[in-house]
Amino acid sequence: MKKNSAKTCGSLYTEKVMETFKSPHNYGKIKDASGIGKVGNIVCGDVMWLYIKVDKKEVIKDIKFETFGCVAAISTSSIITDLVKGKTIKEALKITKDNVIESLGGLPKIKYHCSVLAVDALIEAVYDYYTKTKQVIPADLQKKHYIIQKSKDVIEKRYEGL
Amino acid sequence: MKKIYLDYASTTPVDKRVIKAMEPFLTKNYGNTMSLHSFGQEAKLALENSRQVLADLINAKPNEIIFTGSATESNNQALKGVALRERSESKGGQYKNHIIISAIEHACIMESAKWLAKNGFEITKLPVDKYGMVNPEDVKKAITPKTILVSVMHTSNEIGTIEPIAEIGKICREKGVYFHTDAVQSFGKIAIDVKKYNIDLLTGSAHKMYGPKGIALLYVREGVKIEPILHGGGQENGLRSSTVNVPAIVGFAKAAELCKVEMKKEGARQIKLRDKAIKEILKIKGTRLNGHSENRLPNNINVSFPYIEGESLIIRLDLEGIACSTGSACSSYKLEPSYVLLAIGLKPEEAHGSLRISLGRFTTEKEINHLLKVLPKIVKQLELMSPFKKKYEKE
Ligand code: FES
Repeated sequence: MKKNSAKTCGSLYTEKVMETFKSPHNYGKIKDASGIGKVGNIVCGDVMWLYIKVDKKEVIKDIKFETFGCVAAISTSSIITDLVKGKTIKEALKITKDNVIESLGGLPKIKYHCSVLAVDALIEAVYDYYTKTKQVIPADLQKKHYIIQKSKDVIEKRYEGL
Repeated sequence: MKKIYLDYASTTPVDKRVIKAMEPFLTKNYGNTMSLHSFGQEAKLALENSRQVLADLINAKPNEIIFTGSATESNNQALKGVALRERSESKGGQYKNHIIISAIEHACIMESAKWLAKNGFEITKLPVDKYGMVNPEDVKKAITPKTILVSVMHTSNEIGTIEPIAEIGKICREKGVYFHTDAVQSFGKIAIDVKKYNIDLLTGSAHKMYGPKGIALLYVREGVKIEPILHGGGQENGLRSSTVNVPAIVGFAKAAELCKVEMKKEGARQIKLRDKAIKEILKIKGTRLNGHSENRLPNNINVSFPYIEGESLIIRLDLEGIACSTGSACSSYKLEPSYVLLAIGLKPEEAHGSLRISLGRFTTEKEINHLLKVLPKIVKQLELMSPFKKKYEKE
């Protein structure tokens, strides 16, 4: 059994999640970002923006997040910046939501979608960078981008007229 | 660090005086009220004395008080009990099948109504205004010849708004429709007179007023036709079969007695603390107060901060030793924002940043001061992480 701290929020989050939430890394914005990924969470309606700074060798030199969301969303945001920093774009794109969840020592099932937010934001930031630098966008990235955009529309519709 | 509990609307600690009153009924006088021997009769006596105390609190007769296991049970009993009785009396013929509730009722009313809707009843949900108030005129208009019951809560558990139950009660009585009110949050905090307000059914619960959990009551006015949900040994006038939980009921009565004595003074004290806190919190830029500024429970504060999320906020507060609650989607098991906040016109993102602070008997001014010192800092920290603050800074 995983050890959870009953001192705060009982059995909901792991200690690693709480630690990350307490002092998240890399939040804020990058003024001259090479790419920005802006995504919304279709399930509960939260929002995450990810800024990346890419150098000539396509290494992600700097990364920052801004997140409007729950404890899990803020922790996954912080963790993905740690996972991505210093990696090449190609390597970074290999990161999955499972990697994120694993790095946090697990998440409650109901919060899995928050980790998807982080991965999607990264994809969108890279997509934005490719577009800005007029590079050819790989087919699978194009496809992922399309799916993310579609779910974004759903959120906007959901909140329309409410 | 001493923890600060500001979630009294969820539940309260049991007052020491209540524990003391309960103790003998756990250890010495543990008889079953249905037994004929002296153990049983002692328990029965304690039960009836307690019933009297609780009846007195709302100006009811003792035989109009039914003890149940929870407010959820009382509310289920009220709605389903009245509805099913009406249907069974029709013997398969036509029956009145219309029930009116408000859009901000507690989940146990909402879900009971939903269940009844699946079982041949028609439900009207009345809207509320931006303060969460039901308009009595809407009640009048919604009543049809098929209406059997109107259920509107006395005070909102989330935003603290006090509903005009005296007016609603009057309308219902005139139209010959039963009126039920869920008074869980106000019971023992605001004086209620069931006769004066024309109330037919009322729910109250012990654990919101420094009594134990697992005990509640349903006031059923003499003459109201209602079907039991639990069948068995016929306790509680045949309306609620189950071995009677005497220690809890004794505790409930003691808690009610204390509330009654302290109500005026305690209410005034809490209002002072509440209003001070609201005034200070509203100084945080962009904050809004949910609910009414005056027409609200003495112990309820509900505010929304733009651009931050409630679960993050309450967990940060918890890390500082302060316990509160939120109507954010992220914190609900359905991942949907509070329907109460949506009903008073908040956008989902505004409901997201909502914070409910509820005070109680043991809340001190020092604790409120500490909250007021910590809260702005936490809001600021979370705003720094939020993508939305820029819009906001431009203002
Ligand atoms: S961001 Fe809403 S549940 Fe995590």
